[in-house]
Amino acid sequence: MTTYRNRPDLVAALVRDDRVHRDLYLSDELFALEQERLFANTWVFLGHASQVPEAGDFVTQEIAGRPLLMVRQPDGAVHVMYNRCAHKGTQLVTDESGNTGRFFRCPYHAWTYKLDGAPLGLPLKNGYEGTQLKACESGQGLSVVKHVKVYRDFVFVRLADAGPSFEDYFGDVLGALDNMVDRSPEGKLTVGGGVLRNIVHCNWKMYLENINDTVHPMSTHESATKAAEALWEGHAPTDPKPMAMEQILPFGSGYEFFDKMGGRVFANGHSVLGVNFSIHSNYAQLPEYEAAMQAAHGVERATNILQRSPQNSVLYPSLSVKGSPQAIRVIRPLAANRTLIEAWSFRAAGAPALLFERAMSYNRLVFSPMSVVAHDDVHLFESIQQGLRAGGNEWVSLHRNHDPAETQQATVTTNGTNELLMRNQFRAWAKAMTVEATA
Amino acid sequence: MNDPRDFIAHEAALLDERRFDDWLALFADDGHYWVPLLGAAQADPFSHNSLAYEDRLLLQLRVERLKNPRAHSQHPASHSQHVLQPSRIEEEAADEVRLRTPFLYVEARGDDQILLSGTARHHLIRTPTGWSIREKRIDLLNATRALPAIQLFI
Repeated sequence: MTTYRNRPDLVAALVRDDRVHRDLYLSDELFALEQERLFANTWVFLGHASQVPEAGDFVTQEIAGRPLLMVRQPDGAVHVMYNRCAHKGTQLVTDESGNTGRFFRCPYHAWTYKLDGAPLGLPLKNGYEGTQLKACESGQGLSVVKHVKVYRDFVFVRLADAGPSFEDYFGDVLGALDNMVDRSPEGKLTVGGGVLRNIVHCNWKMYLENINDTVHPMSTHESATKAAEALWEGHAPTDPKPMAMEQILPFGSGYEFFDKMGGRVFANGHSVLGVNFSIHSNYAQLPEYEAAMQAAHGVERATNILQRSPQNSVLYPSLSVKGSPQAIRVIRPLAANRTLIEAWSFRAAGAPALLFERAMSYNRLVFSPMSVVAHDDVHLFESIQQGLRAGGNEWVSLHRNHDPAETQQATVTTNGTNELLMRNQFRAWAKAMTVEATA
Repeated sequence: MNDPRDFIAHEAALLDERRFDDWLALFADDGHYWVPLLGAAQADPFSHNSLAYEDRLLLQLRVERLKNPRAHSQHPASHSQHVLQPSRIEEEAADEVRLRTPFLYVEARGDDQILLSGTARHHLIRTPTGWSIREKRIDLLNATRALPAIQLFI
């Protein structure tokens, strides 16, 4: 049944100023349209250049339902191609990552391609003489993703031909990536320690909404924080905490803490939560690291970089960044009711090993499938996915601190518990979903 | 319970009976519970991340959390079933022993059930009161793949 495909008015009507319709989370048709439009029209995070350090290194990744291939070129550039042989459509590689050597060779009929996708050779060449192969698409080599941006080693793609430039699309929220990279005295990050992958049976937007939700920790995470508090009872506030305690205890902060941390929204759905401080602000200081940062950036700039530690920065629609503790989450939608969440850790060149340990420890405690914190989140997301099927009320409320004037400026700074950060995501959703993709 | 293979079976039974305090008491003070993200291919818990790498403090936190009525994900509660193959002794010295035990692990909650498989590797030390766990390492068959929530202890 198609309801929404040719009715942009109906799609737009699902997002009101202060609430959204449940179909956003439940409809298989909207999910298919999101793949075609939203994830094709916007700039989506694919991977990190450090995953492919040598020429011929590749990583496979599916975006908007399309199998892609990120490849390091002999000249050092990173290219992205569709993982589809020009002949019959075989995927050229089916490993998640590896090195292909100097060319790709299709396992089916041995057509070969240079690392940039240009055609190299094929068997029974004489059989193509007098045919139109060279003139048609299949003779041109691999299809290349034209709109690729490598920003400080973070690789993004826009699959649609039409659309905003990378800089126009992200704007000032790129400061979140700058901050994370600048935390390396050498300005270089590498992915380390592997990626924790979770399957959550909920809509991807629900997960993304929760990244901007500061009112849930007190009630959702009560079991974990009460247990941590009971185990830590009797220690003075100044006692050095084991890293796990340092990372879990702040989840138990009160509403006032989260309200005062502040938030900011930007055009196109992006946001920063915790512009003043966050649950990451009070990690132990590391004098030697600070000295290295000051030597690299100067005292004032080093202080600014290290003091900025937002809770989450959302590069809509699929990337969430934590500058400290140098971790990202990537949201990969699989179906209307199924989402893959990845948690990545980074090593910062020139920074002490403890920083990397912090990133891995945080991801393990908070985002692992065996996390002690996330079980309650995941349970509640899956509960919402079921609960929304209930009739009666077809709307999800986003009223908290709603101000009719809030849509009049692109960047707004506000209190940390304002649901504006979520309203802003859905406004961007409606905008992208009512534009036809061209790819 | 002098035979360490009996200890392994006992340890799994405590988990399946949700006797988590009794289970935790089996760990040495410096004991660790480790589920490497690379499974059997992982050399150590520091250069690569893990699904879980927990000392007694963190294990205690998990056990205490499970007792809290506001552990929302435990409504309904999860239950586990360990199906163990016979344990094989890998190394044996005067006061310690290393064993490997291939297993199937089923975790059920409400209408859902997950199935994991792999090999548990125990490093046990002898104490005046019996065996004690210095490390319980779980090498999952498919550790690097995307997983749903695992709520209890493999």
